[in-house]
Amino acid sequence: MKQSIAVAATLAMVIGGFCSQAVAKDTRSAAAVAAAPTPAAKDAATAEFDKFREVMEDSNPAELFEAKGEDLWQTRRGPKSAALADSCDLGLGIGVVKGAYVQMPRYFADAGKVMDAERRIVWCMIEKQGFSAEELFRTPFANENFTPEPTSLVTYVAGASRNLKIAVPIDEPHVQDVYRLGREVFSFRAGPYDFACATCHGEDGKRIRMQQLPNLAKKEEAIRAYQGWPGYRMTGGFMLTQQWRMNDCFRQQRFPEPRYLSDTVTSLLTYLTANANGNVYKGPGIKR
Amino acid sequence: MADPMKIRAQMKGDICDIKILMSHPMETGQRKDSDGKVVPAHFIQSLSVDLNGKTVISGQTGTSISRNPVFGFKVKGAKAGDKVTVNWLDNKGDKRTDEATVS
Ligand code: HEC
Repeated sequence: MKQSIAVAATLAMVIGGFCSQAVAKDTRSAAAVAAAPTPAAKDAATAEFDKFREVMEDSNPAELFEAKGEDLWQTRRGPKSAALADSCDLGLGIGVVKGAYVQMPRYFADAGKVMDAERRIVWCMIEKQGFSAEELFRTPFANENFTPEPTSLVTYVAGASRNLKIAVPIDEPHVQDVYRLGREVFSFRAGPYDFACATCHGEDGKRIRMQQLPNLAKKEEAIRAYQGWPGYRMTGGFMLTQQWRMNDCFRQQRFPEPRYLSDTVTSLLTYLTANANGNVYKGPGIKR
Repeated sequence: MADPMKIRAQMKGDICDIKILMSHPMETGQRKDSDGKVVPAHFIQSLSVDLNGKTVISGQTGTSISRNPVFGFKVKGAKAGDKVTVNWLDNKGDKRTDEATVS
């Protein structure tokens, strides 16, 4: 018999080592917003990271969380022993996942609220599966040792909208109200530094140390609030959602951190997502 | 038990491109938790890839490899429909075996 199998090349790609711990610490302590450095310096660093991300997008560990989330979605769980697949309506009908993510936030009559994906999923876990809200709210965001179930579920649901166009139903009156509120919140200045989101994200070419800050008030850049989220964070190696991003930016703004899944955060997500309407969503991403 | 791997095996010309995503904490044993206690080392120490039951790759891995690692291999002599089996074993004795079909 022919022994023709040969290993041509062995390549182990290691994620995480790329990012120094310093990057994470920088964002934690960053308060001052610097003007952009010379375009050349900025572009070199950004280009390197973009190259790395391109390679990684093809084998993004976010897929592991998508798989986990799918399993959670299909399985009968919780005190009510219900599967989300048989009970949860993400806006397109019970159990319909494909395309749901890019059409949220939207208004849900059964809850009487405009909800983003994470808020809706947690609502379903509480209402349909009977999970304890208190428990779910205690540790809402991932860390090195722990991934909350809603995070995996959001990643699964987001993955089911890969390559679809963002289409928040902005003409719906409730959504419109919440959108307007989000726009207000975005420019609302307060706190010890008198910062608003717009202080850091309302002008072109700003950065904090090495992090470029998207101008989220601009239609063309609003997509950056959406693309790549939920994202696998290479520093530390865990999955984070847009809810986390909002929460962490409130912290950077030196505001009190909002309650998990608050109206305020939904309003911001409605504003930012609707501004990105029409763009194609590439699915769960990778963040430094 | 550990979560399943994600395995993709695709023919590209006469070479089979195998991508494996593993779900693992890959603790180095050097990190401290918030109470200042050392987090014990917990890492994948060996892995192997079989093609139709015959081992084509095997190796040892250590703590320099990141959490949730990605491995990429190129293998000659495979064809669509072949079965790829990946095994790993970690330093605590936990292990996992998952399969995929070459497409
Ligand atoms: C003190 C400055 C500062 C303030 C104020 C601030 N942010 Fe941020 N924001 C950052 C930094 C730093 C990042 C991380 C950028 C990176 O990692 O590339 C970021 C990232 C983001 C992102 C993700 C962008 C991306 O490319 O993934 C969004 C969305 C965002 N902020 C929204 C907001 C909103 C909404 C507010 C108001 C509640 C806000 N930010 C307030 C500094 C700020």
